[in-house]
Amino acid sequence: MATTLPKVDVVVVGLGWTGGIIAAECAKAGLKVIGLERGRKRGTEDYQKIHDEYRYAVRYELMQDLSKETITIRNNRKMPALPMRQLSSFLLGDGLGGSGTHWNGHTWRFYPYDFQIKTMTDEKYGPNKLSSDYLLQDWGVTYDELEPYFYKYDQTAGISGEDKNPFWGKRAQDFPTPPMKRTPILKKFEGATKSLGYSPFMLPSANLSEAYTNPDGEVITACQYCGFCERFGCEYGAKTSPEITVIPTAIKTGNFEARFHANVMEVIKSGNKVTGVRYLDTQSGEEFIQEAEVVVLASYVMNNAKLLMVSNIGEQYDPETGKGTLGKNYCYQILPGATGYFEEQMNTFMGAGALGMSIDDYNADNFDHSDLDFIHGGSISITQTGYRPIETNPIQQGTPTWGAEFKKNSIYNYTRTLSIGAQGASMPHKENYLSLDSKYKDVYGLPLLQMTYNFTDQDRALHKYITEISTNIMKEMGAKTIEGKVAITDYDIVGYQTTHNTGGTIMGANPENSVVNPFLQHWDAENLFVVGAGNFPHNGGYNPTGTVAALAYKSAEGIIKYSKSGGSLV
Amino acid sequence: MTEKPKNYSRRDFLKTTGIATGALIGGGLIGGLVGLNANKTDQEVSEGTINHEMATNQGFQFFQNQREFDVLSNATERIFPKDDLGPGAIDLGVPYFIDRQLAAQYGSNTKEYMHGPFAVGAKTQGYQSRLTRASIFRQGIAQLEEEASKRFEKGFSSLEAEQMDEILTAFQNDEVPMTGVTSAFFFRLLRTATLEGAYADPMYGGNRNMDGWKMKEFPGHQMAYINVIEEEKFQKIEPKSLSGM
Repeated sequence: MATTLPKVDVVVVGLGWTGGIIAAECAKAGLKVIGLERGRKRGTEDYQKIHDEYRYAVRYELMQDLSKETITIRNNRKMPALPMRQLSSFLLGDGLGGSGTHWNGHTWRFYPYDFQIKTMTDEKYGPNKLSSDYLLQDWGVTYDELEPYFYKYDQTAGISGEDKNPFWGKRAQDFPTPPMKRTPILKKFEGATKSLGYSPFMLPSANLSEAYTNPDGEVITACQYCGFCERFGCEYGAKTSPEITVIPTAIKTGNFEARFHANVMEVIKSGNKVTGVRYLDTQSGEEFIQEAEVVVLASYVMNNAKLLMVSNIGEQYDPETGKGTLGKNYCYQILPGATGYFEEQMNTFMGAGALGMSIDDYNADNFDHSDLDFIHGGSISITQTGYRPIETNPIQQGTPTWGAEFKKNSIYNYTRTLSIGAQGASMPHKENYLSLDSKYKDVYGLPLLQMTYNFTDQDRALHKYITEISTNIMKEMGAKTIEGKVAITDYDIVGYQTTHNTGGTIMGANPENSVVNPFLQHWDAENLFVVGAGNFPHNGGYNPTGTVAALAYKSAEGIIKYSKSGGSLV
Repeated sequence: MTEKPKNYSRRDFLKTTGIATGALIGGGLIGGLVGLNANKTDQEVSEGTINHEMATNQGFQFFQNQREFDVLSNATERIFPKDDLGPGAIDLGVPYFIDRQLAAQYGSNTKEYMHGPFAVGAKTQGYQSRLTRASIFRQGIAQLEEEASKRFEKGFSSLEAEQMDEILTAFQNDEVPMTGVTSAFFFRLLRTATLEGAYADPMYGGNRNMDGWKMKEFPGHQMAYINVIEEEKFQKIEPKSLSGM
């Protein structure tokens, strides 16, 4: 029997970036907010011994414990889905800060084109540019509408950058802090891309170039370039994360309480509203119902979709009929690129997660796709994140993967190899979706989320094209030998690729083609908000966090408005 | 690396005592031998993989007999051999690193989804075995021995380097039958664990003396590079371990 707890204004499920932003904004507005986090409390003091590649990067100390919960995966509907038993392709977060603790800090704003991709593609290339198997749609919000929220996040996070990309959406204000240091490795890329006629610029970074106090009074310190960002927490508090910004902001108001080891099992729905959530205290084993005027799902893509599915809220997408919206438009990302082997030694072990330079000449619709068999593209970057010795053993194709020759090559190349990588956009396809698994369960007895996903022809074409561009840049950078990324065939869950999963709980202008409205308010339950990269109807050519955060700020504004006036926000 | 005077090696011991076949290398015998070697310092042997000696006997947390541990040691040494750049897996302490890992969370897959039903999936679906890494290593080592005796009528640890390589290659190419797991998967685990042991912080028992890092010129646990990151010149920095070395 679950114990029912006194009703609060807002209950937030998950305390990463989105949950933290919603909690801080609502608590500042005077709403009483409870945050339920299935993981533990943690902060900067827990990252003092973080320079440990084995524990954190290889054995995934900060990540989700898959023995409790995972997903099942198959490439197509004909295959039996099997559990993702080990983390590999993407890394799910856990604990306070969620994935916002172990991220690299690349902070982008999706393109104006992204938000109106259907309209703009049809206008420029006609309605048949992609086959009807691709479920392209506008997002129900424009870049201009989101711009103030993007900037709000820039300010909260103190993003370091330079407004020198000629392609991206207009910024009303410049970055709050200047760009990071242009290192010799970055300059190589800058010189090469310039001489090829492209427009390089410093990658917008949440590893701050200088100490910064944000509008909420939270202090973020200056990055020391120690080379331990991705998969790690920052020992300096120099990588903007929820636990050093929005969470303390929420706590300071006195209106917010975080509960840890609280695993939400169900959203309780009654009519066209929800009444609260049922959760398990994973330490005591007790179940509670937390009643609330507003419920906000702010956990990761997978869990937000799963919670709606197990709670039976919304209509499950069916690829056979095309009906239903829940689970629809799941997208991953495509990672073209090239590796170059150099003769001179470079300081490849130093760096920071978002220390990089990029070009956007081949992102979004910044180049003509008339004669190409794909749309969109990707940001092409060099990042100097700090090569780590266990995971970085670069060897040229044809070199044995073990033994004396391997040892010699991998050691020699460790400080003489650079890679260019692209975040390639991914378009939704009718056969790629999320649903519930019928066979496998989590440790709490709930069905696992099932992912049906494969790369599509669009993905493969984009990958090939951007790989060629990357190879040319690497040539210009003076590499002795160059290897482009091998062409992609079927999606394979083995080997880290990217944690930029999107879709499943998509946003849109009408309930026919989306789960939530442009304030991320659920079409079927007016006091339920679902926030995260699951809202993206397709995946763009950038890391998602900046866009996720902007949507969260817009949603928070909607929640505050809803709590005063009620009803649909659109 | 300078050559040191050759000490009395295990191979010499085996030769002089006439014990040459793997089948005869029992735990007691080699255990005693390791004790003997533990009293010596600077064990350096130039010829062949199997001549590497354990500089210390740290005791086992997972393995129960010396024979299994020797098979593991020799296999890791073939993957990451001693050469003119510096020590190989054995001198780096990689076998002890793996022993400790197999006894811990890594060995029992405690953070992984291990619920059934188990099925053989497509390659793209990844690891689907009901076996823990500890069981896979135990079985894999037994299979290395089995394969050695089948092909060469010797224990794995008594083989010449090329013979060991032949067997490891057969594992890598998935040519050796195993139960509940493929030999290619075991080989991949073994290779990965070897590199982990060579380059993880020395507090885990491998990367002894930070020699793995020194070979790769990785400075380990440094608090900041902010003052040198703009330098064109390659920075040679004395490495530091989290354990304060």
